Parts: sequence; structure tokens; C-alpha cells
Amino acid sequence: MDESQEEFAIRVRDLVVGFGRQTVLDHLSLDVRRGEILGLVGASGGGKSVLMRTIIGLIPRQGGSIDVMGQPIGGRKEGAAMTWGILFQQGALFSSLTVRQNVQFPLRENLVLSQELMDEIAIAKLEMVGLRAQDADKYPSELSGGMTKRVALARALALDPPILFLDEPTSGLDPIAAGDFDALIGTLQKTLGLTVFMVTHDLASLTTVCDRVAALADGKIVAIGPMRELLQSEHPWVRAYFHGKRSQMLQHEMR
Amino acid sequence: MNSEPLLLTTPSGDALKLRPEGPWTAANVSALETLSRSVGADVDRSRAVTLDMSGVSALDTLGAWILEKLSRRAASSGRSAEFVGVADHFSGLMDEVRQVNRHTPAPAVAQNPVLLRLGDLGRSTVSAREDITVFLQMLGALFMAVIGVLRRPRSLRLTSLIYQLYRIGWQAIPIVVLITFLIGAIIAQQGFFHFRRFGAESYTVDMVGILVLRELGVLIVAIMVAGRSGSAYTAELGSMKMREEIDALSTMGLDPVHVLILPRVAALIIALPILAFIGSIAALYGGGLVAQFYGGMSPAIYIARLHEAISVTHFEVGILKAPFMALVIGIVACSEGLRVKGSAESLGRQTTTSVVKSIFLVIVLDGLFAIFFASIGM
Repeated sequence: MDESQEEFAIRVRDLVVGFGRQTVLDHLSLDVRRGEILGLVGASGGGKSVLMRTIIGLIPRQGGSIDVMGQPIGGRKEGAAMTWGILFQQGALFSSLTVRQNVQFPLRENLVLSQELMDEIAIAKLEMVGLRAQDADKYPSELSGGMTKRVALARALALDPPILFLDEPTSGLDPIAAGDFDALIGTLQKTLGLTVFMVTHDLASLTTVCDRVAALADGKIVAIGPMRELLQSEHPWVRAYFHGKRSQMLQHEMR
Repeated sequence: MNSEPLLLTTPSGDALKLRPEGPWTAANVSALETLSRSVGADVDRSRAVTLDMSGVSALDTLGAWILEKLSRRAASSGRSAEFVGVADHFSGLMDEVRQVNRHTPAPAVAQNPVLLRLGDLGRSTVSAREDITVFLQMLGALFMAVIGVLRRPRSLRLTSLIYQLYRIGWQAIPIVVLITFLIGAIIAQQGFFHFRRFGAESYTVDMVGILVLRELGVLIVAIMVAGRSGSAYTAELGSMKMREEIDALSTMGLDPVHVLILPRVAALIIALPILAFIGSIAALYGGGLVAQFYGGMSPAIYIARLHEAISVTHFEVGILKAPFMALVIGIVACSEGLRVKGSAESLGRQTTTSVVKSIFLVIVLDGLFAIFFASIGM
């Protein structure tokens, strides 16, 4: 392995993705360093989720290359759960399984281990994301929005994957729950040494937990860097995003 | 760097020194479980256990938990257990694992299986009463909606009614015709085959005519509609319930019964008699074809025999039942749809319940009608 592969968890080069005649991602390049939390911002419908879903292989790409942990992606779906965990926007918990079974699912499908150990690991994961062992036998329909996200996070982390994808992790949560969730992601990222790729609109998350922020506009990454660099950016869309009325208000509050 | 995880044991007197080496990660879980099991007895024997972590090359939650479990096993009976040489980048994870699984809830007490069965029986008896209540409530709500429409005829959802008629009436015709045609043909074939032995072939026509018009035509069509359209109603209303569409309707001051259920049930009540009529004709036609090609009876004779054998009464008996069967199918399908809870599994379960229950009720209703018509001499 050469130096660059060691350094980057995800390398996207000249990625082109489109549907029909519409091109959503136009020769996009992006590097995600190992062990960092990268926040991705962009307009609604601007291709943030498309970029994430392309990296994890849910959407076919028309051109370009994607390397994950030094391996080019493509075709190979087995062992995907060992490489990355994904927190979908709505949680995407399996509604016919209990919380415990949901968390055990990746373990059961990918590893050979005893039921006892599987139960212990599931409870351990649930406690790590701030849930109690009593919640393990509930069904997803009995959970609140915040709990659903936590269970989904526990499931995404079941196999301790090196990369964690989060699709709007704090959307639909109240500010306290969202703050807790950000703190939780920060803690887990440090303990487990994760690389986190986070699609978000939450300016508070961007400021508090993200090491770097990438801005996606017109199908390209137009700015990338720590939050304070992005605030200095001259790109018109980035300026509008971070210096609009809402953002200004929030940044004043935070100062 | 080792590619295989190892667990070296160094007993020294009463103390035991464990030295895990290599990658203690989820990918090697079966090896890790074997290793931790193999030292279990040694851990139980020794008075003090030291875990030397300096040889671990990679660690994740699963590996950390297995090691933590070993240390807890020693600590549980009052002996000392400690970790030494934990690398800095693993210490956060080890601390985290220390906190978990401390409060294991008491496992559910295994219940007496006989009592459990009895409990199920009792619960399903109570829920049968609830089923009747739900049915009557839906009937009442529909009745109120009909009164509302009679008062203000413009409030009827005509577009929805027509659309439902198209879906459950018009689009169902091909399959209804095909099935009833085959049923008619099969009955006629059986009639000719068995009646031929005692020279009563001509009575086959009587059997086909009476059976199809009084019973089979409407019953087969009702069962098909329950399976085809009743299930669709339940699934539609159920997924609307799941996505809170029904709650949204209510909050806008609209009655879901009026907007969603009345057009559907009304469409069924209109469509089922028509489908039953078309089905009966198709069955008689199927019987006629078999009479010609299998029984050697010319179409003219078949029609003449049919004319003698059946009367308008037979037709009335059959077609009168259709709207009532439609009402039962509609009410069951819609109320089961509204009982769907949040999960995909519940949607499937209610759809199955809807079809099973409406077919059962259609057959029960048919039996009640048979008694009724017999007692009034029709």
C-alpha cells in the first residue's frame, strides 16, 4: 500500500452520474481522509444523497472511479457490511424484527458466532448509542424518531466498520436530541476510530462535529475545508448557504 | 503483525497471565470464541488474572467485549482481574466496553405451555367479540355516511366511485368470465358422466342451470372479488393508515368513511351483482359447450331444456344475495385496512385476515340465505 491509500478512506475521481438526460454529478472529485468526520452540504435535490448512494453502490455510475479503503468499488457486494455502515434518513429498520434482531442482523449474516455472544454484542451496541437493554425487545413501530435513529446507528455499527455513512442524521430530531446525537457520533468516532461521511443541513452539526465540510453545487465539489475556511469562501452558492439570513442568525447565536 | 488472533496463557502459581495477540476483530470471531472458551477453565481456577494487551494489533468492540467478558468472569467470584499494557488508541474503546451490559434485565420467565395456550384461546375469544363490534361500527359509520349523501347528494365522491367501479368491476370481467366458464363446463361434464349411467343425462341441464343461478355463480364471483378487490382495499387503506394519510384527512375536517370507504363499498355493491350476472351467463355458456361436444346435445335442445328447468325465481335468489355479499366483503376489507399498525408485517397480516374472513363470511351468509329462501318457499 502506498502513502495515498493509507491516508484516504474514500477517493472519488471524475465521478459522473445522471438519470436519463439529466446529469446530477458532473466530473466530481472528493477525498475523505481516514479518521475524519466529513460533512457534505448542498442544495435540496442537488445530488448529496446521489453521491452517497453512488459511493455505497446503490446507484450505477456513468464514469469515474471510486476507491474505498484503497479498493476500487464495483460489483462486489459481499462483505460490504464489514467495510461500511449506513444510517439511512428514515432509519430503514426492518419492521418485522425487534430492535435486538435488527442490530444482530449484520452479525448473523456475516459472521459465525454463538447466540449468547450475539445477544451480548447487540446489547453492548445499544448501550453504546445510549439506549437501554429494556428497549431491545421493542419493534421499530414502537420507537420514537430519536430512538429509531439510535437503533439504526447501532445496526450500522454492529460490525465495527471503518467507514460510517450518515444521511441527514439529525433531521427530524429536536435540538437537544440532535445535539446529543452529534456528541454521540463524535464520541463513537473517537472510540472506534471511524471515518464518518455525513450528509447534513444542520449548521450546528457542521460547526460542532465535522472536521471538514464539503459543499456540493452544480454537480461538483465547489469548496472543501474546515468550517471557518468555508465561511470565507467566495463561491456565490457557498456564500448564500452560509451567509443567508438563517445561517447568520445561528452563527450569531453560537458566538 | 500476526494475521491470526492468539491467546497465550502463562500460569504462575495461583495467578494467570493472559496475553492476547494479533487482530481481535469481528472478522475472526469464531477463532476468538474458541480461544476464550478454551481458557475459561484456567480463568476459573486461578486467583488472579492479568490481561496483557500489548500484543493486540487490532481491536474492535467485539474483540474488546470478549476480553472484557473474560475479566468479568474472573472478577465475578471476587478474584482480581486487571488489564495491563492497553495501547492508547484502544483505551477509549476498552473504557466504553467496561460500561456496557452491566444491567442485564431479568430474562423472561418461561410460562406454563398449557396456560399459554389457554391464554391464547381466551384472547382470541375476546377478540372475536371485538371483531363483531368493529364490523357493526363500520356498518353504522357507512349508514351515517349514506344518510349524509342522501341529504346532500353533491357530497358523494362520484369520481372516486366511478374509478373504483372501473377497477373492481370492469377490470375484473375477463378473469371472472374465464373462471365461471370453466366451472360451468366442469359441472356439466361431471353431470353427463355420472347421470349417463342411469340414463338421466338430460337432467344435467337442470342441475347446471339451478346450481349456477342459485348458488355457484354468485358464490364463486364473491369469493374471487374478496380475493382480488377486498385484499386491494385492505392493502390500500392499510398503507394510507401507515403513512398517516387517514389522519391527515381527519384533521382537514373530512370523514375518512365518507371519502375513502363509502365509494369503495358502494362500488362493490354495484359491481358484484353485475359480475355475478356476467359470471352466471358465462357458466351457462360453458355448460352448453360441454353439452354439445361431450354430451352430444344440440344447442337448441340445451336452450329448450334450460328454459323448462329454470325460472326467474332461481335467478332472483342468486342475484339478490350479491349486494349483501358485497357489503360484507367491503366492510371486512375496509375495517381490516384501518386496523393496520406501523409495520410491513402487520399490513400483510391484516390483508390475509381480510381475505380469509370475508370468504368465510360470504359462505356463512350464503348458508343463511339458503335457509331463508327455503323457508319462504323460493
